[in-house]
Amino acid sequence: MRSVGIVLRRELASYFVTPLAYVFIFFFLVLAGLFTFYLGGFYDSNQADLSPFFTYHPWLYLFLIPAISMRLWAEERASGSIELLMTLPVTLWQAVVGKFLAAWCFAGIALALTFPIWITAAWLGRPDNGAIFIGYIGSLLMAGGFLAIGTCMSALTRNQVIAFVLTVVVCFLALLSAFPIVLDFLSGVLPRAIVDAVAGFSFLMRFQSISKGVLDVRDLLYFLMVIGFWLIATVIVLDIKKAD
Amino acid sequence: MIKTEHLTKRYGSLVAVDDLSFSVGPGEILGFLGPNGAGKSTTMRMIAGFISPTSGHASVCGHDLELEPIAAKSVMGYLPEGAPSYGEMTVRRFLEFIADIRALAGGERKARLDYVIDRLHLAPVLEQSIETLSKGFRRRVGLAQAIVHDPKVLVLDEPTDGLDPNQKHEVRTLIGEMAADKIIVISTHILEEVNAVCNRAIIIARGRILADDTPQALEARSRYHNAVSVRFEDSGSLAKARAAVASLSAVASVELNEREARLTAFPRPNQVVLPAVSELAARERWNLKELHLEAGRLDEVFRAITEAPPAGDADEAAVMNA
Repeated sequence: MRSVGIVLRRELASYFVTPLAYVFIFFFLVLAGLFTFYLGGFYDSNQADLSPFFTYHPWLYLFLIPAISMRLWAEERASGSIELLMTLPVTLWQAVVGKFLAAWCFAGIALALTFPIWITAAWLGRPDNGAIFIGYIGSLLMAGGFLAIGTCMSALTRNQVIAFVLTVVVCFLALLSAFPIVLDFLSGVLPRAIVDAVAGFSFLMRFQSISKGVLDVRDLLYFLMVIGFWLIATVIVLDIKKAD
Repeated sequence: MIKTEHLTKRYGSLVAVDDLSFSVGPGEILGFLGPNGAGKSTTMRMIAGFISPTSGHASVCGHDLELEPIAAKSVMGYLPEGAPSYGEMTVRRFLEFIADIRALAGGERKARLDYVIDRLHLAPVLEQSIETLSKGFRRRVGLAQAIVHDPKVLVLDEPTDGLDPNQKHEVRTLIGEMAADKIIVISTHILEEVNAVCNRAIIIARGRILADDTPQALEARSRYHNAVSVRFEDSGSLAKARAAVASLSAVASVELNEREARLTAFPRPNQVVLPAVSELAARERWNLKELHLEAGRLDEVFRAITEAPPAGDADEAAVMNA
């Protein structure tokens, strides 16, 4: 645990020494605001809740989260520091989890900075604060799922752009796996049972119920399992090709 | 103690490291020599636990790298080739990170950090980010990182590559000072380094150990070992001198270098030629610039060993080594 914490702190600090952190947070906040107030019609809905805000998070994350995760391992590979990290007394697990948690903390900080939208809703009416809180938890969980996918994609390559594109593609599939755009394609090549299973793995379906303020333990477990699955995949990928 | 047993690494059909077995004990500074692509870095990486061997074992202080990697890595300091680090961090933060992960704490942490910062002269760049540093400073940061926890075993992959002569000298002095109670392995393709810091040298090529000896004993394998080199004021008297030297009983052969006005006399096996040649020089009143006894040329031995044809042509290799 101690080593995970040390890796986490180093990684999180490295976000903030480059302009990346500030550029990312700036665009995240601007886009979150635009989506909420223009596309979401926050004022027009005449309701003091944050569903216009949360509705667009999956799409916002689709392009912004890969920008956080793309450097995690690709940069270590490109600079060769992976050789240093892997020869320190740290297990592969500790390194993978520490780096993932750092990225998740960073996403959490960006998400927390959207609090003025909550304040606006509270100013204008009497929102259901419990539902909003659960919405935030759901959004954070979904960000974790995207980041875990991104961590694995970043471990596959030394090129950050490739890591970014791969992550967007896989996240897109994960997001829409219950929708015809993905299912129609899959049903042509895979047996029915697998297609049904894939349909159950859609981020969007899971997130929609949470964003309405309903936290089902199964949804919570779903996102934690997604994170666990992709982190295991990351460890396997790194173990096989860390020196490539 | 570092120990490797039948250490082998294959990449597909390419055998990078082929059945290496050796051990290194306290007080030894082992120079790991070989041409580029000989398998030096691959071996270092397996000892440091970065890559796993295809077969065989490596262990450090009794800890097998595959079975107890954390214990093995804890007692070892490792400088990877090219001294990679986190470029965006400042030198201070980077060294603190390493100290933390090496579980240094309290007064010991501070004392060790102060020591490496002082020893490697890093004070002027402490607050600078590593990516803005010169190659020499980066290499020193890499060395500081490797020794911050005062490891029993130190594995350095090309520690002086890219340093200027002054920096090379400093790094070698540092390595020499640390050697008394440590086991040190240095990989290099710079031969002067072996003479300067090592008390043992292993030469590898194509993943195999071709020689394992002290640097002096390796030099003695050179055909220049105990040869006498004479340099004249001008090349005019070379031909005459050659005939006189060649007639000495201890001399096996003579070579001339017209451009340098140099004559080299090679002895017959187990014979010395220096007294006879210097007596000849005095008697004939040669006009000399220098006269000296060759210890042997490591670069020549290195070439002879590493360029020898692979096993099967053993006879020819023996001739080249003679």
